[in-house]
Amino acid sequence: MNAATLFGLSGAALVGFGLYGLVTHPEPLRKILAFNLLGSGVFLVFGVVSRRAAASGLGGDPVPQAMVITAIVVAFAATAMAIALVLRLLQETGRSTLSADNSGGTDTVRGNS
Amino acid sequence: MPDAPVLPDATTTDGALLVLAIVLPAAGILLSFVLGGRYVERIASVLLPSGLFLATIIFADVWQSGQRLIYIVGDWKPPLGIALRADGLSAAMMVAMAIVICAVAVFACADFGTRAGSVEARAPFAFWILLMAIWGAMNMVFLGGDLFTLYVAIELLTFAAVPLVCLDGRAETLQAALRYLLFALLGSILYLVGTALLYGSYATLDIVLLSRRVHMEPATLVAATLMTTGLFAKTALFPLHLWLPPAHAGAPAAASAVLSAVVVKGSFFIVVRLWFDVMPGLLGPAGAQLFGALGAAAIVFGSVVALRQQRLKLLIAYSTVAQIGYLLLMFPLALDTVSAQLQSSGALTGGMLQAISHATAKAAMFMAAGLIYVALGHDRIAELGGIARALPMTIFAFALGGVSLIGLPPSGGFLSKWLLLEATVATGQWWWAIVMLAGGLFTSGYMFIVLSSAVAPSSEPLKLRIDVPRYQEAAALALALTSLLLGLVALGPIDILQIGRPESTMVGSR
Repeated sequence: MNAATLFGLSGAALVGFGLYGLVTHPEPLRKILAFNLLGSGVFLVFGVVSRRAAASGLGGDPVPQAMVITAIVVAFAATAMAIALVLRLLQETGRSTLSADNSGGTDTVRGNS
Repeated sequence: MPDAPVLPDATTTDGALLVLAIVLPAAGILLSFVLGGRYVERIASVLLPSGLFLATIIFADVWQSGQRLIYIVGDWKPPLGIALRADGLSAAMMVAMAIVICAVAVFACADFGTRAGSVEARAPFAFWILLMAIWGAMNMVFLGGDLFTLYVAIELLTFAAVPLVCLDGRAETLQAALRYLLFALLGSILYLVGTALLYGSYATLDIVLLSRRVHMEPATLVAATLMTTGLFAKTALFPLHLWLPPAHAGAPAAASAVLSAVVVKGSFFIVVRLWFDVMPGLLGPAGAQLFGALGAAAIVFGSVVALRQQRLKLLIAYSTVAQIGYLLLMFPLALDTVSAQLQSSGALTGGMLQAISHATAKAAMFMAAGLIYVALGHDRIAELGGIARALPMTIFAFALGGVSLIGLPPSGGFLSKWLLLEATVATGQWWWAIVMLAGGLFTSGYMFIVLSSAVAPSSEPLKLRIDVPRYQEAAALALALTSLLLGLVALGPIDILQIGRPESTMVGSR
């Protein structure tokens, strides 16, 4: 097993953990952490793609590296926004759960615009 | 029209217009941050109509030349560079979305206006900036020529759409926004995995280059599945629709209109790009039937739940869930049974027309519901009695939107469902016709519930809480009329949807 395959498998494992956490955990903060884990796995896969596509003599294909930088920025911004929403929700209600009394059912919206 | 030749990827004349369509909104946002809340409405009121003007010019250009507009950014050709391409689909969608956004902007002047001398508030400042951001991100979705640009575009769209949900900062809307964001993030990360796998296999993400190289292999299939699932989560296709009703129903009326009419179409447009342009031969009969089944489930589920709603805005939100289902029906109907390729046929035209007519109709309905809400102070359907007498124009706009959703002639909904039904007959897939007709029946059902309650006489004289400004009603009515008259595009411009398609076959005659 060469290094690229090892990193690829690690990336796949991270994606798996992240996806599991994102789907199963009810708390938003854990979901956000799981999203970041999932994201790291994807970034690692990009790294593997870059290494495998490298021409001889080069360390890696620069195009996936450019993409992964953009993707990291996007994931950072997404995390910041999600955290801001969680904090605001905590300030408003004193708790930060999504589930409990309203779980996306038909009469979730009590007030209106 | 000859078959569209494989064009050399070079910047066409007027290609710079495509850059302008993305740069203008970005410039508007930056300018708003510099000048602050007092000027942001004025900036938007200048830029949004010029965006409509720009989209119209691009539309006319594509329509007249019969060719795509292309701009190669920085003259770096793909695969290394990025191409912006406007084909018929993008031009038509750009115009439609610009019309909706402009109408929403007129409508929003009442709720988010910044009058001279008023105190600077955060909600209007955020609203106008987010509206411009949505406009820019949608243009990027329509014009982006490679899958990674499209990824950035849908992320921008998400980041602009989520805060719109919680503009009023109430706990319920914050929760709805957070749930929406988590769904959207899951969707985008799945899409990103797909792009990584595709790049790993074919060393390009450019749509045109990729479509020549792509072939059936496990990695491609996994990538396509992940990307499609992610995009479906963002489009709120049943069963990934859980976030949509609370988010769309809880947002302020102007924001709901944008979210329901415009934002969900962005991710759907990328699904169409992916399957019709990048890999038309990969879906196959089984995949196409699966897409159709998901669409049918969405139609049935959304409609049945909509019928049971007590509140107007939730009813409209569930109706969106149902109407998204119609968009998916074009996949089995566009599949050519001989070559097992997705053809750019009447079914594609019908599907995209459904997207456009739903956008105009649904925006009008959300605006009308918003007006009813502010006038009555509630939106309980059972207690709407007498509202038709108090706000005739609003109820008329709501009803016309419903006419388009049901698919009565001459509305855009009629034409799109007609094209889809024609395709069911041509391809011998009668079961989709049943789904479509049942959906129309359900839609008439919930429209009837609302309208019969609205025209019923009220037991006591109805007192409106505030006078609804006439121009808000007019904005809703104008959009509803657009949707109603959209059926008339059959007389000409409908063929633009086929311009620049790989296998260009015109539906009507030019």
